[in-house]
Amino acid sequence: MNWDIIIKYYPKLLDGALLTLELVLISGVIGVMLAVPIALMRASKTPWLRVFPFCFIYFFRGTPLLIQIFLIYYGASQFEVVRESALWVILKEPYWCAIIAFTLNTAAYSAELFRGAIQAIPNGELEAADAFGMNWLLKTRRIVIPRAFGIALPAYGNEVVLMLKSSALASTITLLDLTGMARTIQARTYTPVELFTAAGLIYLIMAAIVIGLFRYMESRFNRYQYYKPNVDQMGVDKQ
Amino acid sequence: MIDLHGFGHLLLAGTWVTVKLALVSLSLGLVFGLLGAAAKLSEYKVLRAIATAYTTLIRGIPELLIVFAIYFGGSALVMAVASIFGYDEYIEVNPFMAGVAALSIAFGAYATEVFRMAILSIPQGQWESAQALGMTRSKTFFRIILPQVWRVALPGLGNLFQVLLKDTALVSVVGLQDIIRQATTAISSTKEPFTFYLAAACIYLILTAIATAGTLWMERACTPQARYKG
Repeated sequence: MNWDIIIKYYPKLLDGALLTLELVLISGVIGVMLAVPIALMRASKTPWLRVFPFCFIYFFRGTPLLIQIFLIYYGASQFEVVRESALWVILKEPYWCAIIAFTLNTAAYSAELFRGAIQAIPNGELEAADAFGMNWLLKTRRIVIPRAFGIALPAYGNEVVLMLKSSALASTITLLDLTGMARTIQARTYTPVELFTAAGLIYLIMAAIVIGLFRYMESRFNRYQYYKPNVDQMGVDKQ
Repeated sequence: MIDLHGFGHLLLAGTWVTVKLALVSLSLGLVFGLLGAAAKLSEYKVLRAIATAYTTLIRGIPELLIVFAIYFGGSALVMAVASIFGYDEYIEVNPFMAGVAALSIAFGAYATEVFRMAILSIPQGQWESAQALGMTRSKTFFRIILPQVWRVALPGLGNLFQVLLKDTALVSVVGLQDIIRQATTAISSTKEPFTFYLAAACIYLILTAIATAGTLWMERACTPQARYKG
């Protein structure tokens, strides 16, 4: 183990880690915004509304992320129409292609999580909302989405960790994220063990931070689950 | 439908490599998972610590990085592991072997948790009654516990196999001639990236559909009580 190599290239690896975080953050935020309407459509009672989300989720969950990245980055250039359109400014950049691929991928996975959460909301709460005369929009905004958010939170935390890990694929389309940086440096220095260990450690730390963050959010948001009324102070007789 | 310009056989050859890689990694990964679960539930603190370190490390590191580390990390690592098992010849790491090592190690880490939960779900009374019949602990494990664990663990393992199947694509990055690599070869002469990557994506969809159907069939086969209509 040659520690000098790790110390020398540490700042570069951190640069890569920053790009990794940036990719995960941007695609994670847009992904959630896409996932909510897709999940609502997927859980809807109208059959034809369910067709599009089903196909979308089936394709993005059934194929490797690597293929999705290649389809967007290399595949888009096959069509003259795309190359001449305004979209080409975005689609020729590996950075944006990676973000598009990650966004669609995480949208598909989180939409499936959210659908499960929406369907796990106790029916009585929805009936209660109906009984109050809430219309669909109000019910969705005030009851369904906040409730589903709380139910899906632990599973969504896992999804973010998985997304952090799969963001390493950005290195396959020349981006210098943490994995790409480690790979580029090791091609020059021939010290794979040192560099990949260092990169792996940084990934572990990032994953630990994400897990900690979601634990904290869960303890805040699902506080009612941990609430224990203080029986002594309420003056109730203990049987 | 999709015009493959006579490169269809390349994609099929790649599919066979992908399937082989997935199945070999699955069988090795199941062994790692069982060993990991046994270590996590063991009474020795050292074994528990090793298993916890294994699952925590591997589940926090990208699979692609594991593939790179094993492939570029060279034969040194594999030879060190092999020498533990008494094999001291020179081993050259080819992409397939690196892929099997990386994917089975990753699969094993997740499978450890699935097996651990499944073993814990078997009531303690089963161990005790086996002991009352005079069975040794290992005999109890293989004859009584494992057949029941299999049934509980199957849905979880099915999901993990889907992940594994999709992760095989990563090994193409270090040069394995799998579906994606073969598609890339075809693209370099036809200049139709979208067509061939879409065809590759369709093959993966078919493979994952077959895997899902297989898992469902196995789940049905090992829960006769669910099929019983008295």
